[in-house]
Amino acid sequence: MLKIKVLAKQVPDTANITGNAMKDDGTVNRAILPAVFNPEDLNALELALSIKDTVGDCEVSVISMGPAKAVDVLKHSLFMGADKVYLISDRKYAGADTLATSFVLSEAIKLLGGADIVLAGRQAIDGDTAQVGPQVAEKLDMNQITYVSGIREITGSYAIVERDGEYQTEIIKAHYPVLMTVTSSVNMPRYPNASKMLRHFKSDIPSAFTAEKLEDAQKSGRIIPLITNDDLKLDDERCGLKGSPTKVHNIKSITLTGGDLKFYGNENEGIKSLIRDIMKDYVEVES
Amino acid sequence: MKSVVFIEKNFHTGKLRNVTVELAWKANTLVKPLNGEVVGIFAGDELPTDYAELFRYGIDRVLFYKNPALKNLQSTAMKHILCAMIKHENPEIVLFGATHTGRDIAPLVASTLKTGLTADCTQLHIDDYKDKGKILFQVRPAFGGNILATIITPDHRPMMATVREGVMLLPEEKTDKPIRIEEFKTEFNKEWIRNEFLEIIPKISKVNFHSAQTIVAGGAGVGSKEDFRLLEQLAAVLGAEVGASRAAVDFGFAEKERQIGQTGSVVRPKLYIACGISGSIQHRAGMEESKKIIAINKDPNAPIFAVAHMGIVGDLKEIIPVMIKYLREEG
Repeated sequence: MLKIKVLAKQVPDTANITGNAMKDDGTVNRAILPAVFNPEDLNALELALSIKDTVGDCEVSVISMGPAKAVDVLKHSLFMGADKVYLISDRKYAGADTLATSFVLSEAIKLLGGADIVLAGRQAIDGDTAQVGPQVAEKLDMNQITYVSGIREITGSYAIVERDGEYQTEIIKAHYPVLMTVTSSVNMPRYPNASKMLRHFKSDIPSAFTAEKLEDAQKSGRIIPLITNDDLKLDDERCGLKGSPTKVHNIKSITLTGGDLKFYGNENEGIKSLIRDIMKDYVEVES
Repeated sequence: MKSVVFIEKNFHTGKLRNVTVELAWKANTLVKPLNGEVVGIFAGDELPTDYAELFRYGIDRVLFYKNPALKNLQSTAMKHILCAMIKHENPEIVLFGATHTGRDIAPLVASTLKTGLTADCTQLHIDDYKDKGKILFQVRPAFGGNILATIITPDHRPMMATVREGVMLLPEEKTDKPIRIEEFKTEFNKEWIRNEFLEIIPKISKVNFHSAQTIVAGGAGVGSKEDFRLLEQLAAVLGAEVGASRAAVDFGFAEKERQIGQTGSVVRPKLYIACGISGSIQHRAGMEESKKIIAINKDPNAPIFAVAHMGIVGDLKEIIPVMIKYLREEG
């Protein structure tokens, strides 16, 4: 059976951010921001599901590290058709940079039986670093292909993919195991499936259920497993803020620099004088 | 203080990527006051044909590793070789271009060396920090460009950063350092070659922002792909390149390669004409250093006007044809 692990991140919707979203220690106060499924991670999940559609004998697991509310990303993954989902959450993992994050994720993949294929979005829209995918590959000593922008062929033992190499498209064949990070052009994520939505609408981590409802939820498969450091037993020194070589020194909100703006009328005369001023400058800058 | 710069070759032209030269100069300005050394490291099949240029932009020495197996991007092999080279040099700072190659390899190197890596820095400077002595301060936009964060790696070495092409400026004057190149030998394990390149399809890029003096860019406000033709006409009259905001690309008005902004290209032409671009922080991050910015927008409160030098409030479909007419008359 082909084992696929998808790394998914819940991210603040960066289009709707206000200045008070930062905590004093320079980390992000995710609690007050609208949270969404990181867009390119949706493409990674879609790719996993389409591989399953093609290959058949395949298990798609989605792993997300984050606070309890990141369970929404995992529920959405179930709605789309993921076989298994896992939330990795522990206070000790908070404030992690990419090195500490990739350490925890790689250890979680090992705990969950490893993978033939690991898929992730190229980058998350909150940090835009594109580092966690490759760093997970490094920690698992797994081959990697980043910037996967198209799929040519998928089989049970290898994949042929298109990589966006900036000046060129590279057609690459790689045998498993491989970690791939994908861009949004790789596919179009499917819509949630209605019956899966009904089944998993109330799925959640165990602590979200009262004692009497927990058993019922277990029977109906509506428990989303929570993985903490009690399971992973990782060295504190390598996790979270402590395990992060990079530190946020300070944060500045970007303010607009008011320039010497001159407005021109939008009638012929205004436009004419704008063009004259451009041409005047033009002659200067070209000389 | 020693700084290492990753030398990246353009796979097509066989020449240096611009970002390598930009980083070489940046590294030079960072460590020169500290009597530091700038070492370029290269791993690949052949050195870039124009590698001598590096010595005119502040590189003191080039350490290179040659192997025909590295003709294309072999991430695992590059990781092993570059880590060996970096350990050999033992620098305080390592810089990579934030290209599709640099962003593939740099995280692998940082993870192997268990050190910090700061992506897409827009400013780098060295300063004292507590009892740590002189360290690298790395400024980068985060949160979709809504904030500027200064990141430091106080306790780990090397301090690693990536910088996008076009962000660091080149000097007016060049250095005249002697060419010093040195071959690096190390064991090579065939098992590191894990990707088979079946085919390389060149992208026929019509866009060249780098040499463009003028850029005419359109946003969602252009309204349609047909109306985007107006911008192309204006660009043709001005001998300009055509750019687009992310929204315009998402709507299909323009090709992805024309995108300007935080997730597209960073440009700084002499004249930037923003048509129907509201001016989100993400877009401004890619163009606000243009020498002169003209904004044409229906909305007088559009944030683009805050970075513009000249503005017209109105319908670009009416304004641009008039601009073209007068430009033809004046020109």
